Amino acid sequence: MTTLSESPVLQESPYVPRFGTIVESRMLTAQEKFFRIVMEDGRPLDYKPGQFVEVSIFGIGEAPISICSSPTQGGFFELTVRKAGMVTAKMHELNTGDTVGIRGPFGNGFDPAAIKGQNVLFVAGGLGLAPARGLIRWVFDRRADYKDVTLLVGARTPADLLFRDEIKEWQSRPDCQTLVTVDRADETWTGNKGVITRLFRKIKIDPANTFAVIVGPPIMFKFAVLEVLSEGVPENHVICSLERRMKCGLGKCGHCQIRNVYVCQEGPVFTYDFVKKLREGI
Amino acid sequence: MLPKVLEKSKFAAFATALAGEYQVVGPQLKEQSKAGGETFVFGPVTDGAALRMDYNITLLSPKKYFLPMRETLLKYTTVGHPKAEAVMDTRQRVIVGAHPCDIYATWLLDKVFSTDHKDPNYLSRRERALIIGLDCAKPCDETSFCHDMGTNYVESGFDLMMTDIGEAYFVEIATEAGQALLAKAETREAHNEDFAKRQAFMERKQGGFHKRIPVDTKYLPEILEESYDSLVWEAIGRRCFSCGSCNLVCPTCYCFDITDKLNLDLTSGTRERTVDSCQLDNFASVAGGESFREQRSSRLRHRFFRKAKYIQEAFGRKGCVGCGRCDRNCVAKINSVETYTQIAGSR
Repeated sequence: MTTLSESPVLQESPYVPRFGTIVESRMLTAQEKFFRIVMEDGRPLDYKPGQFVEVSIFGIGEAPISICSSPTQGGFFELTVRKAGMVTAKMHELNTGDTVGIRGPFGNGFDPAAIKGQNVLFVAGGLGLAPARGLIRWVFDRRADYKDVTLLVGARTPADLLFRDEIKEWQSRPDCQTLVTVDRADETWTGNKGVITRLFRKIKIDPANTFAVIVGPPIMFKFAVLEVLSEGVPENHVICSLERRMKCGLGKCGHCQIRNVYVCQEGPVFTYDFVKKLREGI
Repeated sequence: MLPKVLEKSKFAAFATALAGEYQVVGPQLKEQSKAGGETFVFGPVTDGAALRMDYNITLLSPKKYFLPMRETLLKYTTVGHPKAEAVMDTRQRVIVGAHPCDIYATWLLDKVFSTDHKDPNYLSRRERALIIGLDCAKPCDETSFCHDMGTNYVESGFDLMMTDIGEAYFVEIATEAGQALLAKAETREAHNEDFAKRQAFMERKQGGFHKRIPVDTKYLPEILEESYDSLVWEAIGRRCFSCGSCNLVCPTCYCFDITDKLNLDLTSGTRERTVDSCQLDNFASVAGGESFREQRSSRLRHRFFRKAKYIQEAFGRKGCVGCGRCDRNCVAKINSVETYTQIAGSR
């Protein structure tokens, strides 16, 4: 650490990132790239599914990225990065062996223990599948802890669909029901067509014993929450992970605030009964 | 500790003596308009004679010495394996002449930056700063509403507090560090007549401030909550240019942005924190383009809710000190007192 005068150091800075090495990377779609990262200092990232990290590339900046893996899988973590700004564009140029700065994990993440012994319904739209995947993998790795598992996955077009191979694997599992839809199909697509909420017609929900986990673009929440509420799922069993602009991750910078709530501290995972009171949440 | 008396004629020498050991910052004249109006700023001095202790209000509060407009958080290099190290400002500083409202604001920032995740950059500056307050007998001007916000009196948050008793300052000593500072001044014991003069000041002060918001501000959190859907926000929001001046000059605003600056060698640089504004239209937008406070009215409402509700609920004191800097600098002449009055009346 450098000081502007000669006095001794105060304390460690939460703004200094640790470093991680990319041990695997591949394009998932034309816009999204997947990374598996191992922390260099040998101290694995102690995270929960649904938390996020600030990825740091010196000279360009930081971007908040959801963790898309589950800690049940080993001493690494995974990110799905959509090319959307300067930091993420630079990340798309990185490959196996490259180094990135990592701060975090931040946020509350999902609480897999809270939904133990229950049916779990995932509603994941677009890039929302990335944070949802962390919990999906947790549930599959601890499958005996949960009852019926249903996955509803939506994408704009077949080309936008993330984790295609994994979805196929989920579809072939006898212990879960996986339905996929695209808003706009092309000639290669033989599956469901239409917005994700149309998949609700094809599934059965036991409302008293089901937790619904909803992650997707802002527009999707309202309609997806409406579907699960109309099935009778209690509001405190509807779990949403919200996207906001997390800049510092420390509950200070103000960008992620929904009214008085710093999403980077109290969120990004909220139950609907809480988030509806915020008014600006969904 | 018993108070002391510092003759005004000896004040400049005191400040100059401090400047030998500390960075001394205090009120100075920035510019004078043709009509004779004076604009003051806090700035560093080496000669105490440059301090204008008769100032009314400064453009920015002393916040700029704890949370500067721009500061370096890290420096890094990208040659080979990237490396980064934290950068801290560890200068010893004395803030001279801070008014009670600005001392109040500092209390709030202290809370913000030391609660939960401690912010080492803020605390590094703050822990090394001493504050010499200057009490005020009347509002800075007609824009101030500090009395409504209850910030024209402070009990703590300073090391020394000076009161103007005519030819001299009556100096209260609040901390041992303050006492050590005052040892560098030529002071004398406070006598009965000095106490009497201070008492006269306090009585003048009591009559000098008047409330301007018709409702007691302790009800503002509830009043605001009830006003959430009021069209008043939209009515006032229509006038707002979303320029962010209110945030820039506010002594309690602490939202910030973090950006990287690359040096000309393209392999080293700094990560910088700059103050940010919740009134700017992209403040709450995400990479996908979605903005979560798209309307100017929703951003304006957010600012007022933070100032008089959210921060109060989180830290026990209002996020607004009533200094009026936001109003003085508003291009659209949006006014806090008028806004609270209108909101309270629109329930």
